[in-house]
Amino acid sequence: MNQPAAEIVQFDNVGLRYGAGREVLADVSFTLYPGCFYFLTGASGAGKTSLLKLLYLAGRPSRGLIRMFGTDAITLPRERLPGFRRRIGVVFQDFRLVPHLSAWDNVALPLRVAGQSEKDIAKPVSDMLEWVGLGDRFQARPATLSGGEQQRVAIARAVIARPDILVADEPTGNVDPDMAIKLLRLFESLNRLGTTVVVATHDLHLIRKVPDSLIMRLDKGKLADPTGALRYPPRRPIEGGSAPDSLIGPGPAGGNLLP
Amino acid sequence: MKRLAASLPRTLRAWGGEGESPLLPEARLSGPMPWVIAIMIALTVVAAASALALRHAAQAASADLEGGVTVQIVSAAPAERQRQAEAALAVLSRAPGVLSAAAVPQDQLNALVEPWLGTRTGDDLDDLPIPALIDVRLAGAATPPRLTALRTAVVAKAPAARVDAQSSWLAPVFRAIGALQWAAGGLIALFAFATVSAVLLAARNALGTHRETIEIVHMLGATDVQIARVFQRSMATDAAMGGVVGLLAGVITVLGLGRQFAALGSGMVAQGSLAWTDWVVLAGIPIAGVLLVMVTARLTVLSALRRMV
Repeated sequence: MNQPAAEIVQFDNVGLRYGAGREVLADVSFTLYPGCFYFLTGASGAGKTSLLKLLYLAGRPSRGLIRMFGTDAITLPRERLPGFRRRIGVVFQDFRLVPHLSAWDNVALPLRVAGQSEKDIAKPVSDMLEWVGLGDRFQARPATLSGGEQQRVAIARAVIARPDILVADEPTGNVDPDMAIKLLRLFESLNRLGTTVVVATHDLHLIRKVPDSLIMRLDKGKLADPTGALRYPPRRPIEGGSAPDSLIGPGPAGGNLLP
Repeated sequence: MKRLAASLPRTLRAWGGEGESPLLPEARLSGPMPWVIAIMIALTVVAAASALALRHAAQAASADLEGGVTVQIVSAAPAERQRQAEAALAVLSRAPGVLSAAAVPQDQLNALVEPWLGTRTGDDLDDLPIPALIDVRLAGAATPPRLTALRTAVVAKAPAARVDAQSSWLAPVFRAIGALQWAAGGLIALFAFATVSAVLLAARNALGTHRETIEIVHMLGATDVQIARVFQRSMATDAAMGGVVGLLAGVITVLGLGRQFAALGSGMVAQGSLAWTDWVVLAGIPIAGVLLVMVTARLTVLSALRRMV
């Protein structure tokens, strides 16, 4: 049954400046709905990474209003931040893998942080690593992995707990075209289960692969939204039940993201 | 023991579960911490043992001397000395609250002055005007009013008598023991302060070293308490190992010192030996140390994490 979805993220006239410098984001307003797929584009220095940082709660804006999951994220007490962050999967541009942990342990981290037992995390983590093509490198430390392999570990870590929002900063920048498409399919699968996906990329080829996606274009810190569709988007239903087999499972609480 | 042995490499467990990988890589998270703790615990054990032994010595001596009164008959004439001694004894034997009163035999008096005067052949200590001594035991403490009453009664019959509470002779010693006990308490407080400072620095250093990892796990939704628990466990392990080593070192030192003091053969020092309850107190010092370290590490890390994103 289709039902109207409440907005999951709302930015209203958000501005961000670092120290006393100029605003790297200015008057950014948009609304994200569950189950939508967004591409964030823009030239280098346009403010994409800064916008993503606000999205994954790594910083607070200098002005404006941010609501996430129906709550004011700016005045959110510190002790509530972890609960919100567990609902956000992040693929960092520089991967940010924990250097001394194996690929397996890096992917397992979000589940361990969430308090899942070792018994419950073993299969999902192994399956996820298998799926991103690193099943035979599960013991490898990040330093011994190639850039593309590290990126796949970072993506596996971001999606393993099946977040409500997936925020990915250039997630396919270091992988070959075939793997890029495969990872995009993973994001789409997750998206069909209701996860809101925001992917920052320069790759127009990648954007064309997701025809239903919405484009957020940043230009010198301002969001191009000539029709107002990003700020006041038409409400769209959650599309349930069409997920591929690879993502069907009981969810984070049950453990399995991949079969 | 198997679990203990498994924990000896001191890898930090991510969230404490069996078989988990370490969240923070440094096996030597806190560097020389175990040795610092060991030294602090050893010094604390020695200081505490000293304070306890001194307390015992003071208590034992105080109990012995509490009801003790010494009556001296200070007279140069042996016959007069003897007469007044007998008169004093007669008064004391009838005085209320007196448990016993006995003249110290001459050979014991000779033995008392022997270390100063020697026992060379031909020496005749009987010719020396050594005061006659009467050892009196009162029921209860020799309080100033009782002493005054006793003095009045004795001097009436033996004018050359001097009546003193035995505890008054050792009053300066008791004061010195009290000062030493305070000093030992002060030292223990200083050791605790030094330990807290060392843990504070080690925790801050470890936080700096692992800042990037902490930021990552924060972004993955780890709470401050989860992260603090990792540091807390690591430091507690350090403290436990240091505590065991420190306790052993401290106990060996205490036993060695005890043997040396026992060899002195002084009655008061011999009474300063430790009871089993004291050993329990000493064994509790490393446990208190571990708790102190855990609380300090936790508060330090939580305070630092609150300043992070």
